[in-house]
Amino acid sequence: MSALEKSTDPTDTLDSNDGQIENNDDTQQYLTFLMDGEEYGVDILSVQEIRSWEQATSIPNVPDYVKGVINLRGTIVPIIDLRTRFGIVQEEYSRITVVIVLKIKTSKGERITGIVVDAVSDVYSLATENMRSPPDVSSHVNTDFIKGLINVKEKMVILLDLDKLLDIEKIQTKIEE
Amino acid sequence: MSIDLSQFHQVFFEECFEGLDVMENGLLELDLDDIDSELINSVFRAAHSIKGGSGTFGFSSVADFTHVLETLLDDIRSEKRTMDKQGVDLFLLSVDCLRQLLHQLHAKEEPDLDQANQLKLKFEAILAIGLDGEVAEVNDVTDVNKDDKLEVHDGIGYWEIIFKPHPEIVQTGNEPSRLLKQLAVMGELDVEANIENLPDFTALDPELLFVKWTLKLRTKENKGAISEIFEWVVDDSDITITWIDESVIQETITENPKDTADNITSIKENSENKVTKKVSKPKASVESQSIRVATDKVDSLINMVGELVITQSMLGQLGKDFSMERVHRLQEGLIQLEHNTRELQESVMRIRMLPISFSFNRFPRLVRDLSHTLNKKIDLKLSGENTELDKTVMEKIGDPMVHMVRNSLDHGIETPDVRKAAGKNETGTLTLSAYHQGGNIIIEINDDGAGLNTQKIKEKAIEKGLIKESDNLDDDKINDLIFQPGFSTADVISDVSGRGVGMDVVRRNITELSGTVEVKSVPGEGSTFKIRLPLTLAILDGQLVRVGKEIYILPLVSIVESILVDEEFVNNVGGGFEVLRLREEYIPIIKLYDVFGVEPDSRKLTDGLLVVVEGENKKVGFIVDELMEQQQVVIKSLEANFQKVDGVSGATILGDGTVAMILDVPGLIQLSGIQLISNLKAGNNAA
Repeated sequence: MSALEKSTDPTDTLDSNDGQIENNDDTQQYLTFLMDGEEYGVDILSVQEIRSWEQATSIPNVPDYVKGVINLRGTIVPIIDLRTRFGIVQEEYSRITVVIVLKIKTSKGERITGIVVDAVSDVYSLATENMRSPPDVSSHVNTDFIKGLINVKEKMVILLDLDKLLDIEKIQTKIEE
Repeated sequence: MSIDLSQFHQVFFEECFEGLDVMENGLLELDLDDIDSELINSVFRAAHSIKGGSGTFGFSSVADFTHVLETLLDDIRSEKRTMDKQGVDLFLLSVDCLRQLLHQLHAKEEPDLDQANQLKLKFEAILAIGLDGEVAEVNDVTDVNKDDKLEVHDGIGYWEIIFKPHPEIVQTGNEPSRLLKQLAVMGELDVEANIENLPDFTALDPELLFVKWTLKLRTKENKGAISEIFEWVVDDSDITITWIDESVIQETITENPKDTADNITSIKENSENKVTKKVSKPKASVESQSIRVATDKVDSLINMVGELVITQSMLGQLGKDFSMERVHRLQEGLIQLEHNTRELQESVMRIRMLPISFSFNRFPRLVRDLSHTLNKKIDLKLSGENTELDKTVMEKIGDPMVHMVRNSLDHGIETPDVRKAAGKNETGTLTLSAYHQGGNIIIEINDDGAGLNTQKIKEKAIEKGLIKESDNLDDDKINDLIFQPGFSTADVISDVSGRGVGMDVVRRNITELSGTVEVKSVPGEGSTFKIRLPLTLAILDGQLVRVGKEIYILPLVSIVESILVDEEFVNNVGGGFEVLRLREEYIPIIKLYDVFGVEPDSRKLTDGLLVVVEGENKKVGFIVDELMEQQQVVIKSLEANFQKVDGVSGATILGDGTVAMILDVPGLIQLSGIQLISNLKAGNNAA
């Protein structure tokens, strides 16, 4: 790619014929990560940091996808395994297993939560207008936490609604129901 | 230059509330037969600073009201008037009223002035009667200004203001040029400075002011608005404000005092309208909780930080050219560092500590009012008011204490005739005391009333199905039942209706603070409620225990003993759980690995250790694999980023940086109880 074609945004190095377009007011940057071959995206502004996996202290009597809590420079941060959360087969944590530390807004103010994913993929600038809403599937699959689907490089990226995904109280009541 | 005063609002309100507390306490302490002038003075000073402050911040509704109070107090102070019981009542009412006004202003609401106006009229009525001479004079000064405020001139002309500040005016922090700027905002201002008094430059004292001004102001504003600008310098200067009509007729304002109450109130309404306008402006200021710290605490903190810096530089130097011979110096340095850190931690904790008098101080008033309504004679005694307690704990203990004090007054202490018949002093005594015991603070609420009616409590408990008739309980256990949910003390001891809050709420609140509450009662001699609270909520002495791979922390205070289990003394009760016979007691055994679902080293009771703990007067034993070290841990909230977890009161960070859960003993007992029941159910279903 020649220098002329380069966009101002270093992350935006591809043709803008699919979901990904040049950075303007209507675009949002998403950090994407891989899990079981699928690519998921979260709003980059809610990402606080990316860490390698470290052993967490387990919390008694919580759903199995809550791996426990870690000490993040003096703050106690819960770690949630997204594989287990999505019901994907658990894999051994490896060297490239990462924890994305997210700052999410909930009904009770800001919370910091870490999610365990297979690997971090990329950062895209995506236009919200190109986003498709998730298909209505059967009622027993909860798609509340999916913000939408979008095409990037002929691949589908699933954009997640973190506030819904990680609002622990809501998760819990859902389970109880 | 304009200063945004709103940044000081928080401090102002805090000071006002403190001032109100001072006033209230002063009034309550006042002995009407022998009035202590120092007390009156302190009340007066508090009222004065509230007035001054509220004036500065533009809360003139408060300032006006306090002014009337202050005038009357000033008369009492200078012994022109006497204070009587009604007077004290009236003052107390106005303290309440002011508090309400300030709360409303603090919350940026429209202040409700009905009560204030009513009280003000009462005060004015008192001021109006008697003592025509001096008192009238006091009124003059204020009333004159108020009368004049009405004066508005629509015709052609201007205000001539002759402003002669006393030379010392600048020393009091007033800046005349600022006043002139304010005037200039009101209209067209013509300033003429008179510098005839100005001394030679060599003789000039820069801290004195020698300039006089003649100002010509063309404005639509009335005289009141002009004199308001000079309000703060009126004592330090000579000011005359004259209307110069340009049709050459000169009108001088005559200073004739008129005492018409109508005028006064209408003026006040004017100024109040102004205030409400100011208040209604929404200001998105973030309220932050603040804390007042004694200077010596801050000083010691600074000293300690100083030492820390020295230790750091010492270690730094050591690290620059380190060799193995100097390893002992390194160790010394590290020990010193540990010392410094611990001391620093302790002093930081001390900053959060406040004397419990902050909480006790509300009781004299409460007791006074309540004994009045209940027609009882009650003496309140306070002791150990200087005992220090964590601010958060103090805030949370306030309501439960009020509840218990009310209970003691209402149900505990008898009416004077009953007391007389029982051969007791007619006046009952309520004692509030606070003291340290071990790592705890103890608050005792003691009354010399009738004590709890144990028999009635027992009947009630049986009626409610809390205990069985066959249960053999001693008196203390029965009395403890009043802390059970749904057990209204009002039903038990008197017919006075309950207030919707039971003692179970009291106990729950105290338990939330990891404290305990118990009651001791001797029939006919009174009852004592004993609240035991941790000194602080932020740090805890912990015992590290290991279950399998997990490390948990048990609060050291809850541990009674740790023993090796002898199989011989273990009995299986009803298949559900096991108890250990320990001396004369049967102690239920809770297997932490079952409750928390972790894999222990061994499931054999004899392989582990039994830690006997006490929570809410219940003793239980936890089976753990290993007792590890004891250490102080800093409590971190799990709820901040997660949620409350049953059986866990928080988390902490251990020396190696990992997180460990702090166990909540009462919660665990409850949790294991629930699990036992569900286990039993499961067993039944299977059968």
